[in-house]
Amino acid sequence: MTVEDLSVPAHWRRRLTYYRLVAGRCKKCGRLHYPPAPACPYCGSKDLELIEINNKGKLETYTIIYSAPGKSRGRAPIIVGVVNIEGLRIVSELTDIEPEELKTGIDVEPVLRRMDEDTNKGIIRYAIKFRPVLVPKSEERG
Amino acid sequence: MQDILRPESKVGIHGWGTYVPRYRLPMNEILRMWGWPPGQEKGLGMKEKAVAGLDEDSVTMGWEAALNAIKRAKVNPGKIGAVFFGTESKPYAVKPSATIIAEALGITPETMASDLEFACRAASEGLRSTIGLVASNMIEYGLVIGSDTAQSSPGDVLEFTASSGAVAYIIGSRKGSVAYFEGSYTYVTDTPDFWRRALAPYPKHGEGFTGEPAYFHHIEMSVKGLLEELGLRPSDFDYAVFHQPNGKFPLRVATRLGFPKEKVLPGLVTPEIGNTYNASALLGLARVLDTARPGERVLVAPFGSGAGSDAYSVVVTDVIEERKNLAPKFNDYLLRKKTIDYALYAKYRRLYISYY
Repeated sequence: MTVEDLSVPAHWRRRLTYYRLVAGRCKKCGRLHYPPAPACPYCGSKDLELIEINNKGKLETYTIIYSAPGKSRGRAPIIVGVVNIEGLRIVSELTDIEPEELKTGIDVEPVLRRMDEDTNKGIIRYAIKFRPVLVPKSEERG
Repeated sequence: MQDILRPESKVGIHGWGTYVPRYRLPMNEILRMWGWPPGQEKGLGMKEKAVAGLDEDSVTMGWEAALNAIKRAKVNPGKIGAVFFGTESKPYAVKPSATIIAEALGITPETMASDLEFACRAASEGLRSTIGLVASNMIEYGLVIGSDTAQSSPGDVLEFTASSGAVAYIIGSRKGSVAYFEGSYTYVTDTPDFWRRALAPYPKHGEGFTGEPAYFHHIEMSVKGLLEELGLRPSDFDYAVFHQPNGKFPLRVATRLGFPKEKVLPGLVTPEIGNTYNASALLGLARVLDTARPGERVLVAPFGSGAGSDAYSVVVTDVIEERKNLAPKFNDYLLRKKTIDYALYAKYRRLYISYY
């Protein structure tokens, strides 16, 4: 996912969403939304529950940010994609992939990574990114 | 030996997990950059080393290794009563890394959680502590993580080996484990072979002093102590895994202790990924478990500068067969690699100073 330039307490309050890919599920209409909101964005119901969606998804589309602004300059190129997990679309940074390796439709999986650092307070913001699914390649007994 | 001092046999490994970052720096890039003589890396038995990406650190690598260990153990994270994180490259000087990982994996809040420091041996100290906690029924499961993005001053000989990687184990009762402990033995002294002062970016080391009085003496003493206590000989083991500061020391200490090369090579990972510090020997054990057969016995001897070594005897059980494929294996990470040059290595290791 992408992380806003939040204060330390604000980031802390959202840590489960950032660390574990927690989505909101509406008990009335049954639809998922991410990140969790106070009310269902589809039917307005406030009867919601939080569920973890640590599943693999497909990369629907992506963009490559070469001219990253400010403190993000050192992270360029930054790749941001739209990942579809069971119909839920998540905007997220991609990692462990180079621009020339990008292809829509590839399988991706969530991993915890450093997103950025608060340059004033020094807190490190960790959050879920997506990377190409690790395909077993080793041919070993067992 | 009284039973109260030999609780290991009640305890076993329920899950193991590894992580190696994607990027590899070939040794010839270091030779080229710093003008080392051709073949310098061969004396260390090195081919290439793993490099953490720009968005990785010991926490993120430890998280993935722990996730893999939990998958194999098939344990509810809420039942994990202790998280010990061994590292010498923690992202914060003050603020536990263990709590970040515990929170991200759903282990919090009813758990112990600490970062441990003993150079490359901290995770092993966590392992021995966890064995005691499980054997005493104080906790049901414990999570032990060894993870490092090892520091080395650019141009220092240490740069050939200092690398990145992580390993994790879920420890529980012997019943249902993939491998149980027969015994463990620790040997420590005050030996200044390698150190890093507060606020210093890179460690100092005692060159040749790191060998005989440090690495070899401590590992030999811990292994001999274990063998004597258990009444075992090198020939009783199918594998021997030692701390791996380079590709040569483990083979040399094995020879001195009477273990043939063939028993060491399956768990020798440093030539291909470098010295992962707190992962190192425990990562070698994980690679052995990836392919081990029920009934096989493994000797594991981590080492940490400062200095100390632990030796463990581990016996594989029938359960291991059903757990091997529940998470990626070490070789899956090993084969997923992208070669980089020194310039990109310097960026990923944050060696450039930028002002934005």
